Amino acid sequence: MHELSVCQALIDQVARVAREQRAARVSVIHVSVGPLSGIEPQLLEQAYPLAAAGSLAEDADLCIESAPIRVYCDQCDKESTATASRLVCADCGNWRTTLVSGDELLLTHVELFREQAHV
Amino acid sequence: MCDTCGCNVTHGNRHLIAPGGKLSKIENGADAVSVLTGLLSENDHMAAHNREHFDRHGVLALNLMSSPGSGKTSLLESSLATLGKRFRIAVIEGDLETENDAKRIRAHGVDAIQIVTGTACHLDAHMVHKALHELNLDDIDILFIENVGNLVCPASFDLGQHRNITLLSVPEGDDKPSKYPVMFRAADLVLLTKVDLLPVLDDFSTQRAYDNVRALANPAPVIEFSSKQEERLADWVDWVDQQVEEHRQRRDQGETLRPKVQPDGMALHGLSL
Repeated sequence: MHELSVCQALIDQVARVAREQRAARVSVIHVSVGPLSGIEPQLLEQAYPLAAAGSLAEDADLCIESAPIRVYCDQCDKESTATASRLVCADCGNWRTTLVSGDELLLTHVELFREQAHV
Repeated sequence: MCDTCGCNVTHGNRHLIAPGGKLSKIENGADAVSVLTGLLSENDHMAAHNREHFDRHGVLALNLMSSPGSGKTSLLESSLATLGKRFRIAVIEGDLETENDAKRIRAHGVDAIQIVTGTACHLDAHMVHKALHELNLDDIDILFIENVGNLVCPASFDLGQHRNITLLSVPEGDDKPSKYPVMFRAADLVLLTKVDLLPVLDDFSTQRAYDNVRALANPAPVIEFSSKQEERLADWVDWVDQQVEEHRQRRDQGETLRPKVQPDGMALHGLSL
């Protein structure tokens, strides 16, 4: 669905980093996509070759990491693991929790080959 | 380990990863460059610009999201007369095709700009920005942005709105918040629409719908609404009034209003727009 739009935004950002770093090509793109980001990693992978075609990242591997969903409960002063549709404290059932991880949609780092310096 | 961020870079080994250092190269000879930005940062940047624009002109922007057919346009049609007595209103309509919804709004004497997205399943900040050029914001107090009918994609794109309203029409079922957690987690207000149908829908429980919203750690009010029952209008109109007032107070302090879910998410990752 909207994964192609997200992928195009990703390629634009990678291209910007590659230009700043004077890269000849990009070899690996690392992203962090949480289950609550609204982005499906598998669809992002499928959209990637379409969005990357003709860019410096055309042959790059896309490496998607996913952080677990975790919430903090201030009644228990504890963190616990949760699911996308139940973000309540695993200990006391309190629903007024704060999300600690799981909604990431980040470009974390890029591996690239720089142009050879002219001596 | 580094005390600041938990990475493995220390005073002792920093020189190794500095340009030209032994470890700055990955095995295959590539360089690793840390970026750590939101994937949608270009959209978010445009959204922040839209929000500044709204604030400068004193416009409250409300984003309406829901499945297709759950009553976004009907909600506006039935409340324009009441809200229109006190506020100057304009509407941005997002649809894949047709100008139908904008025509329905214009029939009430209210300005409506139709964004036809073609194949795009959501509005983004750039589309809204373009539509703003067709409106004179000095003539508007409240801008409703009726997003493309879709319970998935619109939740991921900040448009510059001040509040998110998610509609759930009762024929859709009370478990929609559990099935579409990203959308309902983003809601500042959940409107249960078409509640005039409740007598014939014995499988919809408003309590279950409410519990399912709370299970997403979302404290948003849940208001029952029907465009066929005039007495249902008051709670919804009161909520809009509160947002107008809150927005005015925030602007007086030189601040803005944001949908409640976004600053948390951004702050968590130490990112700013």
